[in-house]
Amino acid sequence: MDETTVRKIAKLARLQLQDDEVAHFATELGGIIKWIEQLSEVDTKGVDDVADWAGPVRFRVDEVTDGDCREAVLANAPAVEFDCFVVPKVIE
Amino acid sequence: MADLTELSIAAAREELKTKRISAVQLTRAYLERMAAHKDLNAYIIETPETALAQAKISDEKIASGKAGIMEGIPIAVKDLFCTRNVLSTACSRILAGFKPPYESTVTTNIFGAGAVMLGKTNMDEFAMGSANLNSFYGPVKSPWKRKKDDKILTPGGSSGGSAAAMAARICAGALGSDTGGSIRQPASFTGTVGIKPSYGRCSRYGMIAFASSLDQAGPIAGTVRDAAIMLEAISGFDERDSTSAPKETPKFELALGQDIKGLKVGIPKEYLSDKLDPEIKKLWEDGADWLKKSGAEIIDISLPHSKYALPVYYIIAPAEASSNLARYDGVRYGLRIAEQGDSLDQMYMKTRGQGFGPEVKRRIMMGTYVLSAGYYDAYYRQAQRVRKLIIRDFDEGFKKVDVILTPTTPSAAFALDEKPTDPVEMYLNDIFTVPVNLAGIPAISLPAGLSKDGLPLGLQLIGRMWDEEMLFRVGGALEEAAGFKAGARD
Repeated sequence: MDETTVRKIAKLARLQLQDDEVAHFATELGGIIKWIEQLSEVDTKGVDDVADWAGPVRFRVDEVTDGDCREAVLANAPAVEFDCFVVPKVIE
Repeated sequence: MADLTELSIAAAREELKTKRISAVQLTRAYLERMAAHKDLNAYIIETPETALAQAKISDEKIASGKAGIMEGIPIAVKDLFCTRNVLSTACSRILAGFKPPYESTVTTNIFGAGAVMLGKTNMDEFAMGSANLNSFYGPVKSPWKRKKDDKILTPGGSSGGSAAAMAARICAGALGSDTGGSIRQPASFTGTVGIKPSYGRCSRYGMIAFASSLDQAGPIAGTVRDAAIMLEAISGFDERDSTSAPKETPKFELALGQDIKGLKVGIPKEYLSDKLDPEIKKLWEDGADWLKKSGAEIIDISLPHSKYALPVYYIIAPAEASSNLARYDGVRYGLRIAEQGDSLDQMYMKTRGQGFGPEVKRRIMMGTYVLSAGYYDAYYRQAQRVRKLIIRDFDEGFKKVDVILTPTTPSAAFALDEKPTDPVEMYLNDIFTVPVNLAGIPAISLPAGLSKDGLPLGLQLIGRMWDEEMLFRVGGALEEAAGFKAGARD
């Protein structure tokens, strides 16, 4: 894997990497990918790719089951103002 | 009584029931022993006040005849489980200071059954690792030493703190989680018993997510019976987890002591390679012999896609992890790293870049890569299809046998400084445990012997979906035959 790809993936994953990390991941991820590529030799024609073995997914009724817990929701926030989560400015 | 921390859960429960000891007394004995074993780094926080308060209530419940099946039993909780108002970080810097306002279902269940919480145990960050070397809180030391040198050994991972705590008897039982072997491998390395139940047996609500289609909670205990008691206490349907199974929880303990005459035990030929350590091979053969002597029939079976299980796992698990871990953005909880004037994107990048450790970053990168445009079909879709073939292999195998016997790990525990530097080589540690998670079926590891270097080695029993009772039944017989008595205590 080349360093350009590593930087592209890191950007998609919102991970800031140091230059030495980029070089390291290029080698390491390349090795892992080479190893997982052995899967291409398996004939999977006609094999269903839906992981339905655990049974059908249950859906609950679409209704409010919670609420009135603003303090609990905000309790762990790094920055709070006026009972809202605060983030850096997103509109100039 | 000499030392209360020597008692199994079953034995302690009897002492408590007959009031020869109190839950407060038992809890104090563990707290004292914990204080003497801090060097193991097994607990990242201890909760003595909670423990003593819970123990007092247990004593009242026992006195009034309202004891639950874990009443007054002191346990350790892997830091992966959210515990109300108690630090829950999955041993990651990115969750620094996080105190959940809610309790996981598994811990709610076990405390509802009367268990007492001694503290939260160390683990690999987000349960990613097999040596407990990836924790923000530093590595865990195994209480075991090998004969040839005095090096510090790994307890395995990711539930390394739970396994080390159990082996050092600084808890009566411990909660762990298993995504690719994270209960069974450390149990094998530390001479303890660990079971990964069927997918859907235990609720994932409040268990910090790693790979949601693979994650299951389970116990690490001192005996097969204790594992059965604990699993019964944590299991059960929960509507807050959409993959929780609406099933009655069996009385697992009743499966022990039934004879195994006529049962069919499968030996998968693909697990036997030329590279298999002769010591591990010998132990595996011993295990088959013991079961045969107890009346079981040994049958060779084939699981043809076994060799693909690890690469499938290292596509699916990172893919799910990269998606699950997207929630850590420095906005609602945990760490935030941002300087004045940083954009929102810069805040995300810095927080995540500095909040996650190297192995977690590696897996997020892998997962993002295999899910990214142009690669999805080649990697992720193909992996899902091969996963289906692995499931079919087990389905075919279980038409012929009732249970499958394998080693748990390809080697005994290694020293902290012997960790392979190549990630692929490190991943090979999970070669015998990973297929089980991909298939969703249950498996137990129990100690069966010692290596020539004096370290515990485990055997694994794999069962049909929802047939944990078979694992306890055969596991009980295997435990008795192996007569594993060695302890890690010095």
